[in-house]
Amino acid sequence: MPEDLNWAIGGEAGDGIDSTGKIFAQALSRAGRHVFTSKDFASRIRGGYTAYKVRTSVDRVESVVDRLDILIALTERTIHENEDELHEDSVIIYDGERSTMQDVEVPGDATALEVPLKRLAEDAGGAIMLNVVALGAACEVTGFPIENLDESLEKRFGDKGEAIVENNKEAARKGQHYVQEEYGEFDYDMETTDEDYVLLNGDEAIGMGAIAAGCRFYAGYPITPATDVMEYMTGRVDQFGGKVVQAEDELSAINMALGAARAGARAMTATSGPGIDLMTETFGLVATSETPLVICDVMRSGPSTGMPTKQEQGDLNMTLYGGHGEIPRFVVAPTTVSECFWKTVEAFNLAEKYQTPVFLVSDLAMAVTEQTFSPDTFDMDEVEIDRGKVVDENEINSWLDEKGRFQAHFAAADGISPRAFPGTTDGAHMTTGLEHDELGRRTEDTDVRIEQVDKRQRKVETAREQEDFDYREFGDPDADTLVISWGSNEGALREGLTLLEEDGYDVRFLSVPYIFPRPDLTEEIEAAEDVIVVECNATGQFADVIEHDVLERVQRINKYNGVRFKADELATEIKQTLDTPAEATQ
Amino acid sequence: MSSDVRFTDFKSDKQPTWCPGCGDFGTMNGMMKALAETGNDPDNTFIVAGIGCSGKIGTYMHSYALHGVHGRALPVGIGVKMANPDLEVMVSGGDGDGYSIGAGHFIHAVRRNVDMSYVVMDNRIYGLTKGQASPTSREDFETSTSPDGPNQPPVNPKALALASGATFIAQSFSSNAQRHAEIVQKAVEHDGFGFVNVYSPCVTFNDVDTYDYFRDAIVDLDETDHDPSDRDQAKDKILESEKEYMGVLYQDEDSVPFEEREGVDESMAEIPDGAPEGAMDLVREFY
Repeated sequence: MPEDLNWAIGGEAGDGIDSTGKIFAQALSRAGRHVFTSKDFASRIRGGYTAYKVRTSVDRVESVVDRLDILIALTERTIHENEDELHEDSVIIYDGERSTMQDVEVPGDATALEVPLKRLAEDAGGAIMLNVVALGAACEVTGFPIENLDESLEKRFGDKGEAIVENNKEAARKGQHYVQEEYGEFDYDMETTDEDYVLLNGDEAIGMGAIAAGCRFYAGYPITPATDVMEYMTGRVDQFGGKVVQAEDELSAINMALGAARAGARAMTATSGPGIDLMTETFGLVATSETPLVICDVMRSGPSTGMPTKQEQGDLNMTLYGGHGEIPRFVVAPTTVSECFWKTVEAFNLAEKYQTPVFLVSDLAMAVTEQTFSPDTFDMDEVEIDRGKVVDENEINSWLDEKGRFQAHFAAADGISPRAFPGTTDGAHMTTGLEHDELGRRTEDTDVRIEQVDKRQRKVETAREQEDFDYREFGDPDADTLVISWGSNEGALREGLTLLEEDGYDVRFLSVPYIFPRPDLTEEIEAAEDVIVVECNATGQFADVIEHDVLERVQRINKYNGVRFKADELATEIKQTLDTPAEATQ
Repeated sequence: MSSDVRFTDFKSDKQPTWCPGCGDFGTMNGMMKALAETGNDPDNTFIVAGIGCSGKIGTYMHSYALHGVHGRALPVGIGVKMANPDLEVMVSGGDGDGYSIGAGHFIHAVRRNVDMSYVVMDNRIYGLTKGQASPTSREDFETSTSPDGPNQPPVNPKALALASGATFIAQSFSSNAQRHAEIVQKAVEHDGFGFVNVYSPCVTFNDVDTYDYFRDAIVDLDETDHDPSDRDQAKDKILESEKEYMGVLYQDEDSVPFEEREGVDESMAEIPDGAPEGAMDLVREFY
């Protein structure tokens, strides 16, 4: 028997698939087993096929695999949808008494386990508990102590009263006993340990990271698969003096968050592809007003409405380049569920230190994956807060001009201006999406324009000097094959590396969480014989930027003062460039 | 500072570039007076300005201010006020900003009823782009992009506000300095979303809705027996198409602002140096 067990429950949306799956995953987690879950689901409330899958082992699991050992099928379609993943030792639990399930054919040599789920549930107090009967049956098949399920049932049904909890426990035992009596022993034996894990998904990790980092204002508009961030923060952030506001659309959501950030709050919005499209309108304003803002994009399949419940890493270019004009921005893409927490904390610090928009790019795969971690993984004592150049009443004098006006866009050498929260005496100032001077007032003066563009861009240089935008490295550091990936593929690649190693392939794997500014991989790429960039999209957006990074350097002539190029000027500039050594023009 | 604040303290040292005679001068003066009269000062005031001629107000006034994206001034104002309810938030924009590109936000800002004021400089024209029809232009108003008139009735923003559950609706006229300042002051004092539509004539591109037209047409509600607490009376006046009124059309005296209902009562700006106390409980919830 394999050391990891792959379990699933599938049926129609509305059958309680998710909550049943979660009950089982939680029971496993509490029993000291690692869990990695995934979902097959459609964008509809009822009907269609949906499944909750659990991979579990006493060792850490970082990915899903194409193998299913135990399947609870509430519909015939569930069996067909998973046919490719079933094998000769697979066990399929279904209710053969249901009129729709009477002629079910179990594929291959898999074991059919007919359990009268509905009848046993009714005996325990109500047909509604049929999924729990199936969980009891699954406990028996897998040799998983049913007591572990009880705690999960208490957590799930506790607020509905003692009687409901007891009925559910009884329902689980009816399923367990039925299998025991009718089918006898199975070969599975699920070990438990004394470890105590927490179980959470990527969206929850982002929401928890935001609260830990001091985010107090969240505005958003519901969208799959980012809604869980909003739902997580709703109510919880209130306990720390914050608030979640559901805006009328994403245009409003990002502007509310921008307003809150101007008022001095750590603020955030989260959305997915179609919402990011709308928010793009405001990216430039966030950057030119130098407002610290965390904009989270939990990517899903595009373009347009695309496949809302499917995975894709298709928004890399959008977050890197979205919006007209040119702005400094940071793009950070956590590579695991736990990193969703830590990179969120970091995103808030980057946003405030550099007073820029920070794009926190996650994806559906992480949003729907519940994974187990030791609670120390999220050690709150390790959370550091850096608010950057905030000035108070006592410090503000050094930032006033000769007429006593606060210079909110002071062209500092490191590009970072002082920041005064509204309410600070003598700090009153305006800012605008128009090009502005150091006081934040509109200007079209060519020199001031240059000064402000350069000042904003200098923040990126400063960040490159001060921050450690590094990759995470796995596999064989001396291997000739280099695999590079960004975002959520890390887990699957790490396990994939083990499989490759068994087949004699040595691979060096760099998992890159920083898309911009990003680590320079030139040396690593030049040292390798083969370089493969892995990402969940059709065109290879990250591969493009990696290729771009290692291209031979061209020299550049740029002009951005609002005046077009002129022939004589260009001729002079080109001559000057040719006469200057390449390094000096950087 | 607030005890001796004068309205000119809200004036910046930038000279307005509005056309001579523009209604926006009067509108802005009234806003500054209302802010000073209500005991505010530039350091506790946040002005959010839209895009258009009216949007320049952030530059000409002195306070904390943001001049943002076309049509999105209201969401910014809501964010500011939610994050720090101690601030006086005033949002200002034009009829295009508020009733066309930002119309969706207008409806929802009205029903959300955050404690702030919204002063719309309604000149029934797009001035900054040199004279195209606005959402409040008359049906037969000929412009460069509507040679036969827009051929659609103008938006009635006060009716829109009433239908969206407004708690304060007022109409003002920039040329009547004293009344205008009084009306804006009432909007500032109102506990909730104080909406003031201001007739602020464009002397360059609108030769129909002129100072003369408004002077003749406007009836001051203070000279009638209008009861602003009576929603039905307000509705009748707002829907009356042949008359223009000036004054507070409707005010719900029992209005409770959104942030208060949501339990937000202090600034969100101050946070601890590390994760907040009790944050580890968030992790334990996931057992």
